[in-house]
Amino acid sequence: MRELFGWVRARWSFLSRSLVVRVVALTLTLSTVVMLVLGLILQQQITTGLLRSKIDAATAEIDNARVTVENSLSGADSDPSSLREQLRLALSEIGRSDGPSGAQGSAAGVFEPVIVPSRIGSDTDLSVEQPVDDVPAELRARIGQGEMSYQYTTIQRDGENLPALVVGSPARTSTDSFEVYLIFPLAGELGTVQVVQRTLLLGGIALALALTLISALVASQVARPVRRAAASARKLAAGDLAERMPVTGPVELATLANSFNAMAEAIRVQIRQLEEFGKLQRRFTSDVSHELRTPLTTVRMAADVLHAGREDFPPHLSRATELLVDELDRFETLLADLLEISRHDAGMAELSPELIDIRSSITACVAAAAPLAEQSGVRIVTSMPDEPVVAEIDARRVDRILRNLINNAIDHAEARPVQIELAADQEVLAITVTDSGVGLRPGEAGLVFNRFWRADPSRQRQTGGTGLGLAISLEDARLHGGWLQASGSPGLGARFRLTLPRRRGGLITGSPLPLRTGADGAETGLLPRPDAAGSVAVIEAGWIEDGDSGLDPTTVPSVGVGGHLGADLLGESADVPGPESSTAAGSGSATSAVSTVGGTP
Amino acid sequence: MDLMRARVLVVDDDPALAEMLTIVLRGEGFEPSVVRDGSKAIEVFREVHPDLVLLDLMLPGLSGLDVCKEIRGESGIPIIMLTAKTDTVDVVLGLESGADDYVMKPFKPKELTARIRARLRRADVGTAERLRVADVEIDVPGHQVTRGSEPISLTPLEFDLLVALARKPRQVFTREVLLEQVWGYRHAADTRLVNVHVQRLRSKIERDPEHPEVVVTVRGVGYRAGAS
Repeated sequence: MRELFGWVRARWSFLSRSLVVRVVALTLTLSTVVMLVLGLILQQQITTGLLRSKIDAATAEIDNARVTVENSLSGADSDPSSLREQLRLALSEIGRSDGPSGAQGSAAGVFEPVIVPSRIGSDTDLSVEQPVDDVPAELRARIGQGEMSYQYTTIQRDGENLPALVVGSPARTSTDSFEVYLIFPLAGELGTVQVVQRTLLLGGIALALALTLISALVASQVARPVRRAAASARKLAAGDLAERMPVTGPVELATLANSFNAMAEAIRVQIRQLEEFGKLQRRFTSDVSHELRTPLTTVRMAADVLHAGREDFPPHLSRATELLVDELDRFETLLADLLEISRHDAGMAELSPELIDIRSSITACVAAAAPLAEQSGVRIVTSMPDEPVVAEIDARRVDRILRNLINNAIDHAEARPVQIELAADQEVLAITVTDSGVGLRPGEAGLVFNRFWRADPSRQRQTGGTGLGLAISLEDARLHGGWLQASGSPGLGARFRLTLPRRRGGLITGSPLPLRTGADGAETGLLPRPDAAGSVAVIEAGWIEDGDSGLDPTTVPSVGVGGHLGADLLGESADVPGPESSTAAGSGSATSAVSTVGGTP
Repeated sequence: MDLMRARVLVVDDDPALAEMLTIVLRGEGFEPSVVRDGSKAIEVFREVHPDLVLLDLMLPGLSGLDVCKEIRGESGIPIIMLTAKTDTVDVVLGLESGADDYVMKPFKPKELTARIRARLRRADVGTAERLRVADVEIDVPGHQVTRGSEPISLTPLEFDLLVALARKPRQVFTREVLLEQVWGYRHAADTRLVNVHVQRLRSKIERDPEHPEVVVTVRGVGYRAGAS
């Protein structure tokens, strides 16, 4: 039942939004009201007119009757029997041209005459057969005062109630006075009015229906081009920029079509311009790339030749050569990163995925990072499944992400071990890179993936990163439809988690690895931090599409707001029954933050 | 062949870079010659008979890709592309038109000479070794590959790739291992090199490249030689 109701409501809400339905409903309602009012007025007019002419004719008739009575009853005897005889004569005189019931045909129609001698009144039985009882008492009272008058009443004939008009007039003879009444049954008039009523009703219904039909036609006439415009707009929106509306039909619709076409043309031109601009932009990026790289190669080679022979130089030239080579390295990396990120910005970055055992990528990246790790005194611990973890990924990009994460971890590890973990389920794989170094402070939330952002400008950098590495990594992860997220606590370390679908275009609903290290370090055994409870910052970056399986609420003792897009995560974490959940945020010493960088793709 | 006197033809339109390349190559004991115009590259190539070609992909006149194809049409000698473009399409196009390896600008002189040496160094030619993969016969010292009595012409790189696979017929080679053994990369490099050259090799030695029998893909891992 409720379903039916819901269906009807849904149906109605659709229909009530349809132009045709609205117009038809409105027309039907309004025309019905108009027909009703018009019908009532018409009926009233016709009835009044009928009765008026009836009264006019009846008045003329009663005059005749009065004259007849005055003539035939003048000098009437006071003896009841002779009076009765005279009355009969007068009655038949009034109804001379008689009909079947002693009534007469005249302009006023059939009537029944009644003559009452005033002198004796109606209480005297004159034994004259006349319907004295049908004359209303009020009328008789008025006639008795000597006026001519009429009144409507209801009479019974052949067992039927009929409306009737009774006209009365006093009649005076030289000797006596009478009351003359004519009763006009209104059967004919009633019939006429009924016919008129029926006609009006039928006509009204027919007219309302016709109007409805016409309005439906008109509305659909109007709606059709609107629908056509909608279809055209849809096609345009779907990317068919050549779509135009035919300029036909009435002026208004032709104007609509013209305006639409003008708009479509403007959009097409704009899009062409944007496309052209995009092409130029891409071309520019490519050209800059080439134009810069060629001279840079020459400089690079010249510097290296100088560098190779620096033993023969005086010390200051030798040092200058070293600086030249070092800075060229930085310059090259920066240029490469800038070009990469501008390629992402221009939407030129393309994924070239292939099936790869991700473990080999990790092994290779760890091997590549080994010299740096050794130099920084950082031990890299890798934990991976024994069986291959094959995924459809762009090895070049994933390698770059891993290199960036590992270098970043080594850079911030403060000579403590860095752990790399790989886990996978059927759909997704996750790699976490965890360090126990400086970590991330609250307020730095959401900044790690920003371009050129540095946690601490005064910190000495070993890797000489460009400040674009994590930003590029985020773009690379996004290109895979994956997540790149970070979490950390100040002084306790940070964890970066890369989650990728194992098949191209796969959707990620959760990650096989937790984003946060347990507060007691139980999860990894790497971060034994029993004091962590008072100070946890959580920074999220990447794509949080729904509840994150890796977020264990119990590890978050307090939650404050940091960053701009963390509302949903905050909402999730706000339920945490942490001992400091209310005080930490309000005390101004909020030690944790939640934020999201990027968005849902 | 005297490795230290190897002739290297540099095809590059940028005068400064060409000169710098000459200085570096000479310093490393190679015998470089330079051609700046792509349309003249093939002429000079025929005159010089280089042991290796360094080819810039962006050239006036003829494009680097066309030069590459022309040279490949005449000879199987190693071609190393110099490219400023990092986009997959450009690199793959270069490799598909016949280049054995590529160096991305800007590169260090050591990186370049390492690549050149790796390409000039030939696989050890020791015993009269004969290998067999599927229905393909390999005469290692003679650099001959035959199916039945029909010889198959391979470039030295393709030959090395095939030999590397054929020597350990049961082993699955990852792309990284192949890069190290065949190209001489010690660190992780661009695995597209392997993909493209496996495709090229297959197009020459497979009866049906769509259903390879000689070089078999092991999904998600790499390649191995087909059963003989």
